[in-house]
Amino acid sequence: MELFLNPTKLLLATAKDVLPVLGLLVVFQMVVLRRPLPRPGRIVFGFVLVLVGMACFLGGLDLALFPVGRAMALQLSASAQGASNWVAYGWIYLFAFLVGFSTTIAEPSLIAVANKAEEASYKAVSSKGLRIAVALGVAVGITLGTFRIVTGTPLYLYILIGYMVVAIQTYFAPRMIIPLAYDSGGVTTSTVTVPLVAALGLGLASNIPGRSPVLDGFGLIAFASLFPIISVLGYAQLVQWVVRWRKRTQQV
Amino acid sequence: MLTELSLNLIKTLGRALLGACRDLAPIVIVIAIFQILVLRQPFPELVSVLAGLVLVIVGLALFVVGLDIGLFPLGETLAEEFARKGSLVWLLVFAFALGFGTTVAEPALIAVTREGARAAADAVLIDNTPVAINRYALHVRLTVAFSVGIAIVVGVLRILRGWSLPIIVVGGYILVMVMTLFAPKEIVGLAYDLGGVTTSTVTVPLVTALGVGLARTIRGRNPLTDGFGLIALASLAPMIFVMGYGFFAY
Repeated sequence: MELFLNPTKLLLATAKDVLPVLGLLVVFQMVVLRRPLPRPGRIVFGFVLVLVGMACFLGGLDLALFPVGRAMALQLSASAQGASNWVAYGWIYLFAFLVGFSTTIAEPSLIAVANKAEEASYKAVSSKGLRIAVALGVAVGITLGTFRIVTGTPLYLYILIGYMVVAIQTYFAPRMIIPLAYDSGGVTTSTVTVPLVAALGLGLASNIPGRSPVLDGFGLIAFASLFPIISVLGYAQLVQWVVRWRKRTQQV
Repeated sequence: MLTELSLNLIKTLGRALLGACRDLAPIVIVIAIFQILVLRQPFPELVSVLAGLVLVIVGLALFVVGLDIGLFPLGETLAEEFARKGSLVWLLVFAFALGFGTTVAEPALIAVTREGARAAADAVLIDNTPVAINRYALHVRLTVAFSVGIAIVVGVLRILRGWSLPIIVVGGYILVMVMTLFAPKEIVGLAYDLGGVTTSTVTVPLVTALGVGLARTIRGRNPLTDGFGLIALASLAPMIFVMGYGFFAY
């Protein structure tokens, strides 16, 4: 609400994010490479769009999604208070899964990277398929992360097993997808997902008896960056199997 | 000429707006269903929520179009010029500056390191005074920014030399697991989360454009298999460096 009433403040905050990057690019282009900027008008216009777009996006999130999402995460974790076993937390798992999926689909940097991947692979990788695979990975990761908070099992065990799965998948997956799959782990956790997921984790950790927000509230982001790697590698393997199977049936 | 250009822009923006509506539909549906069916509560401040939603859609559309006409072309030209000029030192300086510079001021990083410093003070790993807490938060932040700079440098060298990414990443994982065994318990959770926090909305598209641009310009490199991987290293390095800082600090 505060940010919406103060659009100049919001624009300034966004400019602080974007301008150093623009400055770095311009300095290296003009001073180090000694080349003029290609089509400067277009580039400046693009940066203005990015700036205004980010300000609107963040302002809108603060106004619409975050208050509602936070309130729901708190209500849900409060309603689970006193539940005796982990099955009683069903609604929380469903909410975690759906929030993970739906926020990742709308994540701006994932959209940018997926489009780039489609272009770099000459459409062999579909932008939509990649985004759905990443979103499913985040959804499963966050669900498992809330399960970990509820049961209080140690974080590093899950991460260790996850790393092993990634290492084994890397051995079998098609070579071309591996760098992209590794990247999709870092891409997912930015503007939209982190605040909602952090609210869910902290809300759960403070409402469940025996959990401390400091030790158990963290870690959901780590889950959300590990599982997309597994799901994208899995998606590529699935596509490879389908292609092979089709070839075999055609030959027969 | 001018009208043709603006007509094109309107078309692109229109398409981006439609795309943004489609991208945001799942969130709206999920929240609405939970609010109505599960929690059974009236919607608080419906008008401001709707206004915010419109802002989010417009903002997402402008952001995506702006990236396509501003940030991406600039990042790729820069990568091409560097590759053509063949000045390795300047390319690596640029890679480090890009990683360090975009990370050190990242709002999410500042927030998370502050939380981590408070947790460390509660666990009596550092003195519970504002000075000690601020110093610890600043040190962790600088460590993370430095590690992202190093990660982008290593990633660019990988693209140039054609090193194998799986070996670097899986090797990094093994290092993380070994360090987890020995690092102080309070810093492990923080270090894991910091890996995901570092890669922001502006950095990710730009770093991707740099990698793909480099791989496209250098002969014998494939944009898909060699151009990606920078972000993976940028999320791996902070875990290693922050746990390393944990050994050093305690």
